[in-house]
Amino acid sequence: MSEMATKRTADRAKMQVSDEIAIEITNMNKWYGSFHVLKDINLTVNQGERIVIAGPSGSGKSTLIRCLNALEEHQQGRIMVDGTELSNDLKNIDKIRREVGMVFQHFNLFPHLTILENLTLAPIWVRKTPKQEAEETAMHFLEKVKIPEQALKYPGQLSGGQQQRVAIARSLCMRPRIMLFDEPTSALDPEMIKEVLDTMIELAEEGMTMLCVTHEMGFARQVANRVIFMDEGQIVEQNEPEELFNNPKSPRTKLFLSQILGH
Amino acid sequence: MSDVSFVRTDMLSEQEPPASSVGVIGWMRSNLFSSWGNSILSLASMAFLYLILSAILPWAISPTWGATSLAECREILHGLGREGHLSGACWGVIRDRWVQLFMGFYPSEFYWRPILTFILLFVALAPVLFADKVPAKLIWFSALYPFLMPWLLWGGSLWVPLAVLAGFVIGFLVHGVVSKKMSGLAGLIAGLVAAVVWWMFLAGIVSGALTSIIPLALESVESRKFGGLLLSLTIGVVAIGFSLPIGVVLALGRQSDLLIVRALCVGFIEFIRGVPLITLLFVASTLLNIFMPPGTNFDIIMRVIMMATLFSAAYMAEVIRGGLAALPTGQYEGADSLGLNYWQAQRLIIMPQALKISIPGIVSTFIGLFKDTTLVSVIGLLDPLGLSNAIRADAAWNGIVWELYGFIALMFWVFCFSMSRYSMYLERKLQTGHR
Ligand SMILES: Nc1ncnc2c1ncn2[C@@H]1O[C@H](COP(=O)(O)OP(=O)(O)O)[C@@H](O)[C@H]1O
Ligand SMILES: [Mg+2]
Repeated sequence: MSEMATKRTADRAKMQVSDEIAIEITNMNKWYGSFHVLKDINLTVNQGERIVIAGPSGSGKSTLIRCLNALEEHQQGRIMVDGTELSNDLKNIDKIRREVGMVFQHFNLFPHLTILENLTLAPIWVRKTPKQEAEETAMHFLEKVKIPEQALKYPGQLSGGQQQRVAIARSLCMRPRIMLFDEPTSALDPEMIKEVLDTMIELAEEGMTMLCVTHEMGFARQVANRVIFMDEGQIVEQNEPEELFNNPKSPRTKLFLSQILGH
Repeated sequence: MSDVSFVRTDMLSEQEPPASSVGVIGWMRSNLFSSWGNSILSLASMAFLYLILSAILPWAISPTWGATSLAECREILHGLGREGHLSGACWGVIRDRWVQLFMGFYPSEFYWRPILTFILLFVALAPVLFADKVPAKLIWFSALYPFLMPWLLWGGSLWVPLAVLAGFVIGFLVHGVVSKKMSGLAGLIAGLVAAVVWWMFLAGIVSGALTSIIPLALESVESRKFGGLLLSLTIGVVAIGFSLPIGVVLALGRQSDLLIVRALCVGFIEFIRGVPLITLLFVASTLLNIFMPPGTNFDIIMRVIMMATLFSAAYMAEVIRGGLAALPTGQYEGADSLGLNYWQAQRLIIMPQALKISIPGIVSTFIGLFKDTTLVSVIGLLDPLGLSNAIRADAAWNGIVWELYGFIALMFWVFCFSMSRYSMYLERKLQTGHR
């Protein structure tokens, strides 16, 4: 989509990648019924990496990142998140979900709770943080996404861009080590995309490990250290953003890029 | 060129709207006579209303309040030159029997007990109904009320409801200890077992012993003394109170991933919905005693309450399932991704929204249940309808029909209408933003 949706230039010097492995996927396969949706996925993500996942609709991008916090179950292979293996063990799933935040295309805020309650709910009930402390943390992150004045409103009273920033703040309140984004800007009007991307850039500068499914190529260029191109449930190509965009190797990547860049 | 150019030289001041769009005339115009078709409909409705009122009002306005029998009513009306069967209502029957229609055969020296129970019901409901207007601590009283209510109504030793309450406390404590030491499931089972053991074997002995030491007892009132609106309210309130939580559990069970749980819930719901309430009440009044171990005399009102509860719980489950189905899956995913477990997600995210969506259906079920309590007259309980038959059997009032039914209808209407209004208030209050 928009080549340069964001004007803010990211400070790449701040984005340090460590040697520590955050996510390790080996030979992972997933089926929906008899439909083979993810085929032999292998992917290692280090702490501090910012990875953008792109690909045509239906290629399995959402399914892949939803497997990482067990919103979807994989049938074969191994997924290690922050040193914990994702299996059927509920204890592990709970542990991983506490470390991994997720932001959805349609925000998935809780419409019956105020913004502040949306933000403090999980810290209070999952992390057992005292209410007062949870509220302070919540206000801290609301300030970070620049909407502290909306704390007592309900999600339905906010614009799409504001809601998505609240959703990001809600995930951050759990102090996750990894953040997953599933097309966070594709339900937003163009003028709101920028405010959400700015928030995400700031997050990247703070060293957050991020996996973003997005077609915002401007964002990918500025922030990502790796772009993964998926098609038909497989990782077709991965490379540094400039290299992948300017010099795609696979014909599928070429075709896809020419479509979304409108050349 | 000069045709298109225009510059305003003097600004217009504000003016009153035309008289035809404000005030009484404006209101009538927009609400009654906005078009030819609407005008005809309005006039026809007014004519219809006039017909009904002109038939009812002359009958209802009838100075027979003081009469002590139907014959006396007729005399009073005759003296006024009003002849015929439908010339006037005989209100004496209401003056004579209204206390009975409210209280049944409850001993009159203990009338304060049902009245207190009813007042306390509102105190107990306040934290639930008007959560933002009363102190949150009051919810403790709401939790105690289910134990207080049967004691006040039926009397007996206070130690019995306290012993039942102790069972819950024991179960809860055992659950807490065991689920800390072992798993949550083990805790649940241990808690249940402890509570059941207490109720089955110990509660009776302990409460008996305590009663003989400190007899905190109210005079007992037997179930067959219950009647009138008191009976309807007792059955209705208890059944309403239990059917909502049971309905929630059934609705969740119906969505469960566990095949057996799901099959049990679906089977139960479909069975109950496929059987008329009357049948269940007959089962309660006759068959149930056959299945009970010999010697146990299970109170008839309890049996009826049980059936009414199960009946409306099945409907409740379907209403709530509708609410659950209306929630986008994103809500579950949002809760899951934050690490909330199943019960937390249900309690904090899913149920508040699903119940809110289902409020109209839930309240309809409540209203239906409350009105269905009149069916108990069929198995010989003296609810207001049953009483009206009994009153007609009295020689003094033999032949009275409309006055009694009208009064009973009014009693039920007041409660049902309040519930309906409350549900509208609640829906408005829970409105959060435009989505
Ligand atoms: N719950 C599901 N059941 C069956 N098929 C599904 C389900 N979710 C997604 N799919 C299918 O899996 C494929 C990949 O979906 P998805 O991961 O959402 O793709 P993307 O996010 O790349 O657009 C699509 O063909 C989609 O139709
Ligand atoms: Mg997707």
